[in-house]
Amino acid sequence: MGEIKDVYPIMRSYERKVVCDMNFAVLVFPGSNCDIDCYKAVEQTLQQPVDYVFHTATDLSKYDAIIIPGGFSYGDYLRSGAIARFAPVMNEVQKAAAEGRYVIGICNGFQILLESGLLPGAMRRNESLKFRCHQTKLRVENNETPFTHEYAKGEVIDIPIAHGEGNYYCDEETLAKLRANGQIVFRYEGVNPNGSVDDIAGICNEQGNVVGMMPHPERAVDQLLGSEDGKRMFTSILNAWREKHDAASVR
Amino acid sequence: MLRATVYVTIKQNVLDPQGKAVQGALHAMGFDDVNSVRIGKYMELTMNTTDRAAAEQRVTEMCEKLLANTVIEDYRFDLEEV
Repeated sequence: MGEIKDVYPIMRSYERKVVCDMNFAVLVFPGSNCDIDCYKAVEQTLQQPVDYVFHTATDLSKYDAIIIPGGFSYGDYLRSGAIARFAPVMNEVQKAAAEGRYVIGICNGFQILLESGLLPGAMRRNESLKFRCHQTKLRVENNETPFTHEYAKGEVIDIPIAHGEGNYYCDEETLAKLRANGQIVFRYEGVNPNGSVDDIAGICNEQGNVVGMMPHPERAVDQLLGSEDGKRMFTSILNAWREKHDAASVR
Repeated sequence: MLRATVYVTIKQNVLDPQGKAVQGALHAMGFDDVNSVRIGKYMELTMNTTDRAAAEQRVTEMCEKLLANTVIEDYRFDLEEV
């Protein structure tokens, strides 16, 4: 690995002005199992401060980005994410989302965001009824979000999935809205592994600061893991925040 | 006390992959008279009240908030004295 400023061009500004740290939270519910992967992805890909934050936490004001990781929160009892959405920490996530801070839900995290109403739609069992765990090709449909601006529009990336309930559903009216607003962030390219409506793999809210996706970018941050196409999601978030933050501190 | 029996089913216009698989299995077994299978959830709640109107309101609230996801599911319930 070269100098950090070669890898992250935005950091060239190091010499000129003070660069602040971006604070990441990785939420931990009983049954989360991708929390360590998310933590390591932030730590190793971005070298930014990151904390595990328990489901009982009642203050997230310190954090600029909140990652809701994959797993089986509360055993997926009743429905995936149905119980987790009432955990105390989710009130804070609602607040953070309303304030425009970045929230990303991956896999079970996406299911929790749907249940909490931060994103529209719901999840059904995979059409095949199988738990699918393999690499998938995703097409970047919207590269103008804080989470995807380092990808090219239409770029096909290689990110793994691991879920039994990723069959995204929304009604026609909601789908039309998602399309019109550019809220479909990723679609499955080629084979749709779960039967989701319109091949949807990931969506964002209208404001673009909340993203949910079934595939796991945190499992694709190094060639040792089979792909490093997920890295740019993390660098996108950091650089989007820096642009906003630096612009604010110049004033 | 009142007992609420709550039924949660997947909406008619939403695909039920489990129901479809079970339907396929029934057909394979020769039960051709089955037109469709929908799989849902059955829940029993006992409530420490005898006020039916109040219980009805509370159970509706529970269904809307937690027991059903009204994006893809319908619910109905019965109340009986126990």
